[in-house]
Amino acid sequence: MLNILTYPDPRLKNVSVSVTEFDEKLQAFLMDLEETMRAGPGGVGIAAPQVGRLERIAIVDVSSKPKISHHGRLVMINPEITDWDGFEMGREGCMSVPDYTGNVIRATKIRLVAQDKQGVSHEYSMEGYEARAVQHEIDHLDGLLFIDRLVSRRHDLFQRKVYESKKGT
Amino acid sequence: MHHWFMVTLVGQDQIGIVSKITTALYQGGCNLGEASMLRLGGNFTIMMMVDIPTGGKDALNHLLQPVAKELQLHLHLDAIEGLLHHHQVPNVRVSVHGADRAGMVAQVTSVLANAGLNILALESDVGGNANHPFYLMHIEGIATAGILALEEALRSLFASQPDLKVTLEPIETVVM
Repeated sequence: MLNILTYPDPRLKNVSVSVTEFDEKLQAFLMDLEETMRAGPGGVGIAAPQVGRLERIAIVDVSSKPKISHHGRLVMINPEITDWDGFEMGREGCMSVPDYTGNVIRATKIRLVAQDKQGVSHEYSMEGYEARAVQHEIDHLDGLLFIDRLVSRRHDLFQRKVYESKKGT
Repeated sequence: MHHWFMVTLVGQDQIGIVSKITTALYQGGCNLGEASMLRLGGNFTIMMMVDIPTGGKDALNHLLQPVAKELQLHLHLDAIEGLLHHHQVPNVRVSVHGADRAGMVAQVTSVLANAGLNILALESDVGGNANHPFYLMHIEGIATAGILALEEALRSLFASQPDLKVTLEPIETVVM
């Protein structure tokens, strides 16, 4: 179990560097990072800078969430978002920002290029919950927290999945 | 030792209310907690948690009364338990709008309360013009009896109040 840095720790504001060595040390770190993620309150994502390692590494796994499309456990090394489509508001929380959740606008769909733990490059298309989690984690690699992107509750115009009462039923 | 108070200030809006009030508190050794400050119908309103280390209510009153008088603000102080770091996370958002009429908030919130909604935040506005005002309300809260119960409650309300536009939306919080 690795120690999670929490805001306002200045290390969370650093831009992380690319990974170049896909060695055994990296594999061991990935196991520790995943264990730390799964022990967290949400447990669906973590980025290396959250444990003080300023390298472009993140893990997302939203498979515990029912009825959504996802890629299972996704180890992302040197990830780059190559395409964005649509936007929607959603509420986020973060292990590095305890006792606070807030509304953030993210792209609905993204395309992503990332290396796996062996250094092999893959391309992914994803949307919704998983795309939100990935955007949140990649922000950590650029020294950004969701509280840097908050939008006002009062001027929320970006509703999704609206369940409207039907007249007379 | 913390001594928390809920400070309420209301008065005609003008530039400098927040800065003058908070400067007086800061210079008096106070610390601020959570606050809501907004303009409602030409009035500026502040509800703010203030922690004053020594002197209690009298000392806080002594700090704020001169500034409140200068700015012509009504001042009210209540000793409270300052329960920080215990945020509750809303799981549902209800938005309502319709032609403005008396009773809209009472009817909607009664129906929602009976179906188990604990309101964490409610913000409302009157828009339109004096001849044709409309009322708009956003509620965030916790559906303690489930979201289905709220949907059913709103459906029956809607049958009797078809002029209201009510949307209910679950809030999914992605915690990473």
